[in-house]
Amino acid sequence: MKAAQDDMVIKVRGLVNGFGSKIIHDHIDLDVRRGEVMGIVGGSGSGKSVLLRSIIGLIPPRAGTVRVFGQPVGEVEGPDMKALEMRWGVLFQQGALFSSQTVAENIQVPLREYTTMSQSLMDEIAAVKLTMVGLPEDTAQKYPSELSGGMIKRAALARALALDPELLFLDEPTAGLDPISANKFDELIKSLRKSLGLTVFLVTHDLDTLRAITDRIAVLVNKKIRVGTIDELRRDKDPWIQDYFSGARGRAALDSAG
Amino acid sequence: MTTIEDAAAGPTGWFRLDRDGHRLEAGGAWTIAASARLDQELLALEPGTGGIEIDASKIEKLDSAGAWLLLRTRRSLEAAGRKVNRFSLPELYVPLLESLDTCPDTAPPAARKHGLHDRLALIGKATVQAGQQAWHILGYLGRVTVEAGEAVAAPRSNLRIAAIVHQVEETGLNALPIVGLLSFLIGVVIAYQSIDQLRKFSAEMLTIDGLGIIMLREMGVLMTSIIVAGRSGSAFTAQIGTMRVNEEIDAMRTMGINTIDTLVLPRMIGLVIALPLLTLYADLMGIIGGAVMCAFNLGINIPTFLRQLQQAVGVNTLMVGLVKAPVFAFVIALVGCYEGFQVARNAASVGLHTTRAVVESVFLVIVLDAAFSIMFSVLDI
Repeated sequence: MKAAQDDMVIKVRGLVNGFGSKIIHDHIDLDVRRGEVMGIVGGSGSGKSVLLRSIIGLIPPRAGTVRVFGQPVGEVEGPDMKALEMRWGVLFQQGALFSSQTVAENIQVPLREYTTMSQSLMDEIAAVKLTMVGLPEDTAQKYPSELSGGMIKRAALARALALDPELLFLDEPTAGLDPISANKFDELIKSLRKSLGLTVFLVTHDLDTLRAITDRIAVLVNKKIRVGTIDELRRDKDPWIQDYFSGARGRAALDSAG
Repeated sequence: MTTIEDAAAGPTGWFRLDRDGHRLEAGGAWTIAASARLDQELLALEPGTGGIEIDASKIEKLDSAGAWLLLRTRRSLEAAGRKVNRFSLPELYVPLLESLDTCPDTAPPAARKHGLHDRLALIGKATVQAGQQAWHILGYLGRVTVEAGEAVAAPRSNLRIAAIVHQVEETGLNALPIVGLLSFLIGVVIAYQSIDQLRKFSAEMLTIDGLGIIMLREMGVLMTSIIVAGRSGSAFTAQIGTMRVNEEIDAMRTMGINTIDTLVLPRMIGLVIALPLLTLYADLMGIIGGAVMCAFNLGINIPTFLRQLQQAVGVNTLMVGLVKAPVFAFVIALVGCYEGFQVARNAASVGLHTTRAVVESVFLVIVLDAAFSIMFSVLDI
């Protein structure tokens, strides 16, 4: 791989998405650098999750290209696509744990699929991942239906981390968590990023999370995208962005940072 | 199969123990791609004795799987009574290793395998559960009956006509193609088999008698009920079950909406109306199927066929079949709705209860059909 491509993990060019006659993304460009935490914000229905899904290849875009690790998503197939999928982990909004399997089995699904590890090592790795996401060890033998919402998110994160991915997609990881759990989640992402050198693509509505862990933020507004740091975006003239970052909630969350 | 081991490029992880066994050196990429191999090699390591120094400073890449292997090796050396004098690791990776250090030594025990004792206990549990299930359905039957009585007593406020009509369309009208086709084929099969057998006695004409009686008394209603149990009973469970998963049922209850009135009664009444009509249609299609077969195989024309049929079956025969239909419809709807309400708040549960609803309603339909047969023969109908 060439050095120039190496520090762009995600490269979106001229992406168009839509449902029926409704256009959601109108020729948007986005770059995510290696090792950076990119936050995605936008109003309800602005296509945050659609953007995430089109980057990981779940939604074929109408136009434009998406490159992840230099590989064109949607064009690569078979073993190349698998090789790509091994390098990223995805945390879905509702966790998407397989309900017929225990938490440990859920974490071991990618291990079983993609490695030749022995069962005992897989059990150990599952325990390690649970420790990393801060879940007690007896969680391993529980079924998703026995877990609380916050625990499901953590268990799903443990599964997303199973293959030690370089790139992590998080879809609203702190939505529905109490503020204490949400804070812990932020800390967790921060420490994982530091120790594993992760690149994180983070869809969120949580201003505290945005302030705490993101390097740059992409705002989806009027089918377009604006990218910048929090400070840059606060100076943006767009009314929606003004409202978002300088409204009562925005100020409370951002100014407390000092 | 593509594995992460194949996909990995570049230098892989390695380690070596020096000759006197006091220095363990590790380097390269200790990542998940190398961990299956490193795991085997590390487990084969001789414990040895005396102090040891672990020098991992040549590690170029470390992820959590590799960090765990390092940590595990250090722990197992210490557990074997060896003192780890020095442990060096590139500064970058120290926080990772520390964050894992709270991890318990051994993996949690895997789920217990079932022995003879457990199996016996499972049988006992299943038996008790089956008993409780029957008891619950009986209770449910009582509740639905009371609610249905209230609805009939005050139809204006409790009976939802639009919902009932919708259910008649969904369970009756939309089932016409499949019920018609299958009944036609059943008629063809019965006629074909009968002709073959009865020809040995030169009694081919009796095919029509047999066809009429079998179709009208048994096959029409039984086939229709089984199709409807698979088609609509399962749909009831899945619809109500999905509503439970989404907390819609809870939402309705908190608004004071009676779920039996809104969800169960329309389905039940709709099916009780639709199934007899479907049965009549199935009877007709079955006889047409038989007639076609007779025309082709025996050269019996339609007027002759009808005359013979008229001699063989009376209104009584038709009624014996039709009278069972509302009862079967009631049972199918009852079981379907009951299982729907039993769904727990997860996706797997919807599938489980849908399967159960179909199995239970088909079972009950056949058992009831047998009971009807006995009853009719005692009553001499």
